[in-house]
Amino acid sequence: MIKPVILWTDVLIFMLTAVVVMFIFYARSKPHIRAPWRRVFTGKVAAASVVVLLAFVLVGLLDSLHYRLPLAANGDSDEVHYAGEVLSALDTLVGPLRTQVEKTYSAPFATQLFAKETIEQSDGSKLRDYPRLIYGGRHLGDAVDGRPGDILQRSLLAMVETLLAATLMLLLMAYWLARRHQQPLGVTARNILRDRFTIPWRTILLMLSLLLLLLFLAINIAAAYHVLGTDKVGQDVFYLTLKSIRTGLVIGTLTTLIMLPFAIFMGIVAGYARGWIDDVVQYVYTTLNSIPGVLLIAAAILMLQVFIANHSDYFETTVERADIRLLFLCIILGITSWTGLCRLLRGESLKLREAEYIQAAVSFGVAHRKIISRHILPNVMHVVLITVVLDFSGLVLAEAVLSYVGVGVDPTMNSWGNMINGARLEMAREPVVWWSLLAAFLFMFILVLAANLFSDAVRDAFDPRTRDR
Amino acid sequence: MFAYIIRRLGYAIPILIGINLLTFYLFFVVNSPDDMARMHLGMKRVTPEAVENWKASHGYDKPLLINSEASNLDQLTDTIFFEKSLKLFVFDFGSSDDGRDISFDISQRMLPSLAIAVPSLIIGLLVNITFALLMAFFRGTYVDYTGVILCVVLMSISAMFYIIGGQYLLAKVFRLMPISGFDGGLDALKFIILPVVIGVVSGIGAGSRWYRTFFLEEAGKDYVRTARAKGLAESLVLFRHILRNALIPIVTGVVSLLPLLFMGSLLLESFFAVPGLGSYTIDGIQNQDFAIVRVMVFLGSVLYIIGLIMVDIAYTIVDPRIRLT
Repeated sequence: MIKPVILWTDVLIFMLTAVVVMFIFYARSKPHIRAPWRRVFTGKVAAASVVVLLAFVLVGLLDSLHYRLPLAANGDSDEVHYAGEVLSALDTLVGPLRTQVEKTYSAPFATQLFAKETIEQSDGSKLRDYPRLIYGGRHLGDAVDGRPGDILQRSLLAMVETLLAATLMLLLMAYWLARRHQQPLGVTARNILRDRFTIPWRTILLMLSLLLLLLFLAINIAAAYHVLGTDKVGQDVFYLTLKSIRTGLVIGTLTTLIMLPFAIFMGIVAGYARGWIDDVVQYVYTTLNSIPGVLLIAAAILMLQVFIANHSDYFETTVERADIRLLFLCIILGITSWTGLCRLLRGESLKLREAEYIQAAVSFGVAHRKIISRHILPNVMHVVLITVVLDFSGLVLAEAVLSYVGVGVDPTMNSWGNMINGARLEMAREPVVWWSLLAAFLFMFILVLAANLFSDAVRDAFDPRTRDR
Repeated sequence: MFAYIIRRLGYAIPILIGINLLTFYLFFVVNSPDDMARMHLGMKRVTPEAVENWKASHGYDKPLLINSEASNLDQLTDTIFFEKSLKLFVFDFGSSDDGRDISFDISQRMLPSLAIAVPSLIIGLLVNITFALLMAFFRGTYVDYTGVILCVVLMSISAMFYIIGGQYLLAKVFRLMPISGFDGGLDALKFIILPVVIGVVSGIGAGSRWYRTFFLEEAGKDYVRTARAKGLAESLVLFRHILRNALIPIVTGVVSLLPLLFMGSLLLESFFAVPGLGSYTIDGIQNQDFAIVRVMVFLGSVLYIIGLIMVDIAYTIVDPRIRLT
């Protein structure tokens, strides 16, 4: 039996997912909530970026199901010992990517190591050459010349598979839409391809197909080659970038969400109650805001390091230790970033409390608690939503910078920041080891770009100031 | 005006006290000086004497708040809180954990920081305003549309990519300038160019897009419509009316940043080995030198608050509609 490992961030991630799913079901029946969301999804760019974001989220969620494998039983004791290594569902899915570890650097699609070594040949003579990789292109044997043909063949296979899968998806989509719109299947399929719907289903389909193509390419080629090369200790860079997705997502989402209730409460109460409560809240956020963010994070993380170093027996595995640090980083980042939202909410509720419908509620004798929860809160939610979505991309980028400074996530944790930090000095090598850096930057760029495009659409749809333009 | 400034300075005092208490709590209460000493000396096998020696040599061997062994006033002054935290208020920074005088280091490192930060700010501002004006001039057309998309793309690229990529391309491949380093006097110029260029380029995306919204906001106002209605050329409307009014939020935003320029840029300085305050901070963090980090937290906060006050003053100067009360 495997032993599930539930990390703190896992709990929070799945809680968040549950809340989002619940919200979707709730919003389906409320036209006034649905309307702006529909507007978000009518944009082609936004729809495409949502598909990309969902793909990232899927990888992140798979990577959040952690467990430990039992070790082989020794002797006849019934007690089962578990491996110190914590795996995730993603590790199981990608299988060989994780285990096929080379000796050191190798370029993408390479069949040989990056550095020359002295190889002892069968007749005892020594030769200085690039040694053959253990796993990269292993099926080719010594026929290394067949590599381009092999890669081409595998790519063609991936394309055929994608074509089949995309057609299947079109049929599924058409079937679903046909039932909803009470139209024949053929007509709906043609309408999708001609882009006749308010929601750009064709763009979504194209984007999905593109992702499927990447998936099939990965399945076909990554099993046989290191598509993004290997890093210093020979780990597959593609695997490392995939594992880093979870860290990026956790930092981007949990950071704002951990401090969200606090910021909402403080901001609204300050604006609504005014007087000394307002003064205190303003004082707190101005003080926190005055401290340069990086330095506050650095101070807090240094202190956490001291704490962890002195209490190393609290944590059963390194992953658990890294996870606590990640969670703590989220909290600290949250403390430095909630002040902006708090100030916005304070201003907004200052304005709202003078609105006529709230004055009316006050004069009817409605309790303050109810006014806040029924009248003010729903009317500032758009500010909260826009802030959360806008903050996401900045936080993903910040992770890399913090890791460079040395106050980011745990050095043992897979993250783009750690990848960049580990690989940046290799740019000085000749020839250059560029693949780790580029892979980390590329994945980060795609995630952040999709998030930025999506957040623009959300802001345009929800912000009353830009809505009418 | 004068009375207003005095009052604003008065408001800053409780905030500074708050910051001071917070850093004191973070650095000395969450973890005791004993923990710090053990961290520096290596974890497990450290003799109590070694810990005591380390604490004594760095001035951490005193009680936190009240020294019950001392007499009279010394009860309060011969403590860590007084020595390490309160003295920050008179800019007595003490010495770092490796024994160097922090005030001296800061005064040495301020100039290189400014040499990078000031040109980056000025050139960046000019470039961003130019691009934003261009987009605002062609608003609603494909120029504007592609411009905005390009801005989003540029802003989605990590700052570290700009630095590493720029360093590699300009300094290593094309050999236009030295990869990193710094020098005094006029020789500094060749070391400054690359960080400034990279600093400017990495800011274009976010900056131009942000300024564009200011321009568009102004462009939608009534006086602009009036100006057009009386037959002014579009370029004249843009430069004489929109630009001037949109500069108010831009300039005040820049003013708030001015004091923080002293702190330098963390990333640029440490990648280009510029001996400024930014790299000083990073070194402090990476060497786990708590004294330096503590001082920089305080210094940064002071500069931030000065920036806030300067913004308020700047508003009254650029925008006569705002009255100080």
